[in-house]
Amino acid sequence: MRSDGSQSAPLSLKVAAACGLLFLHLPILLIFVYAFTTEEKSFVWPPPGLTTQWFAVTWNRPDVWQALSLSVRVAAISTAIALVLGTLCSAAVSRTKFFGRETISLLVILPIALPGIITGIALRSAFSLADIPFSFWTIVLGHATFCVVVVYNNAVARFRRTSGSMIEASMDLGADGFQTFRHVVLPNIATALLAGGMLAFALSFDEVIVTTFTAGQQQTLPIWMLEELIRPRQRPVTNVVAMVVVLVTLLPILAAYYLTRDGDQIAGSGK
Amino acid sequence: MTSAVSFQKASRYFGSVRAVDAVDLEIAPGEFFAMLGPSGSGKTTCLRLIAGFEQPTSGSISIFGERAEGVPPYRRNVNTVFQDYALFPHLNVLDNVAYGLMVKGAGKAERHKAAEEALALVRLPGYGARRPGQLSGGQRQRVALARALVNQPRVLLLDEPLGALDLKLRENMQEELKSLQKALGITFVFVTHDQGEALSMADRVAVFNDGKIMQIGTPEDIYQRPKTRFVADFVGSSNVLPPDFVQRYSGQHRWGSLRPESIRVGRAASGEGVSARLVSTNYLGATTKLALDADGLRLHAIVPVGTALPGEGEAVVLTFNREHLHLMDEPA
Repeated sequence: MRSDGSQSAPLSLKVAAACGLLFLHLPILLIFVYAFTTEEKSFVWPPPGLTTQWFAVTWNRPDVWQALSLSVRVAAISTAIALVLGTLCSAAVSRTKFFGRETISLLVILPIALPGIITGIALRSAFSLADIPFSFWTIVLGHATFCVVVVYNNAVARFRRTSGSMIEASMDLGADGFQTFRHVVLPNIATALLAGGMLAFALSFDEVIVTTFTAGQQQTLPIWMLEELIRPRQRPVTNVVAMVVVLVTLLPILAAYYLTRDGDQIAGSGK
Repeated sequence: MTSAVSFQKASRYFGSVRAVDAVDLEIAPGEFFAMLGPSGSGKTTCLRLIAGFEQPTSGSISIFGERAEGVPPYRRNVNTVFQDYALFPHLNVLDNVAYGLMVKGAGKAERHKAAEEALALVRLPGYGARRPGQLSGGQRQRVALARALVNQPRVLLLDEPLGALDLKLRENMQEELKSLQKALGITFVFVTHDQGEALSMADRVAVFNDGKIMQIGTPEDIYQRPKTRFVADFVGSSNVLPPDFVQRYSGQHRWGSLRPESIRVGRAASGEGVSARLVSTNYLGATTKLALDADGLRLHAIVPVGTALPGEGEAVVLTFNREHLHLMDEPA
């Protein structure tokens, strides 16, 4: 933000920084550009012409809508499951002391540290062992494993910063367990849950690896895109969808970032 | 008359730790009662037993004649001022104070009016719109007090409420709490590790150690007539005198207690008394504290400022009135 030249970084550093940023973001820009190209069989640079026809084509393709709706439903339900389980689990771990608490904490976090392919294979073999047919719910289950972690981590951090005597104070003032949760606990962890939930939604929405192992014939949006790349026709449709995916996942993540950042003062100020 | 709070052989164990060990206690209605003791002595656990955050392992507790075991905190007509105040950071001051009435289902206008009155009572009128984070420590303390009082509890519990305040503020709050208690007539149960606070505010004091009550009595009782060496030492750092020493002056082979301010220090060869050596002097403002060594027995004396003092290391003679030597019950 500095404007005076004497304090600014050397030119070489500026160039290096610019190159780094371009390397990270140019491919994404390319995807956006190709969504407007007139060439439909292969990606040529520069695009021979620009058109917005692919937006209309995409809009009218039922397979896009199917994949999109499946992805949204899976993400929404996985996030809902994660919110309930993650909050309960974080409350148990941070509010009480019991045998094996640290172990449970580790086991909850493990799925996100584990490579997705391991989670995928494990779930797939578990499903076939138990004779569970692949369905919408097997995808949801697979996604919930890592969505829980995100919510749990956010909620645990918030619980840690909240004064424990607040709950006792609420009880002392005549609120029963439910009222205490509704009027004291929930308002204090709400932004953490919102942030965790949005992150979980975004993770689920663009998940590929676990989904390939737990989905049957159904295609979530990312899987549909992979398949689409092989087909020779109407390639820019994929790019249009990609743009949508970027927007749908980026916005919640940005929102989550700002929410948790502002939440810092909320939980600690009562002490 | 039924006691406000009554403990019958109440105990609370945490594993093998006896936090509260068979305590008998009667607190009268309208009394300002202090629980005094070092940290880990069980005084806070006693308070939590009354509040309902802990249940007795054995024995029984009643509040105004009603058995309290198994009654959750939210069904007891008892409110607590927490050590860290535990204000709700997401609510403004007015809603914090009105919280108890809100969960009981009082209407908005009604509870806000009551909360304003409670804030006026603790001399914070017009602070309702602020957030707890915008208040000073002393102001938060008052909000916590108002939040507890607005529910019109029959017993108010205070858990080291002045611990986090600076000295000047603490002294002001002590006076204010005392007059507030007089005006409201509510039973106050006050936990503290500060003996000065307990003595200056309470009608009666219970001195705790190792989960047991060592002595219950008026501040004067506790200070002038400690029953055990622990009480003598903890409350006002009295000189605890061994039985052999006491026998020479009182003829009884018992532990004795002699307040530092009861000892007079004179120059050697000025007559009869306990010969001792002045080890060090400590200037305290209005008084000076002397550390003395009487033949291996460490004693402290407090003399008013302006007393002519011998130099450090010099021999002195200590005298005291026989009636100031208090004999303790503790077996020799």
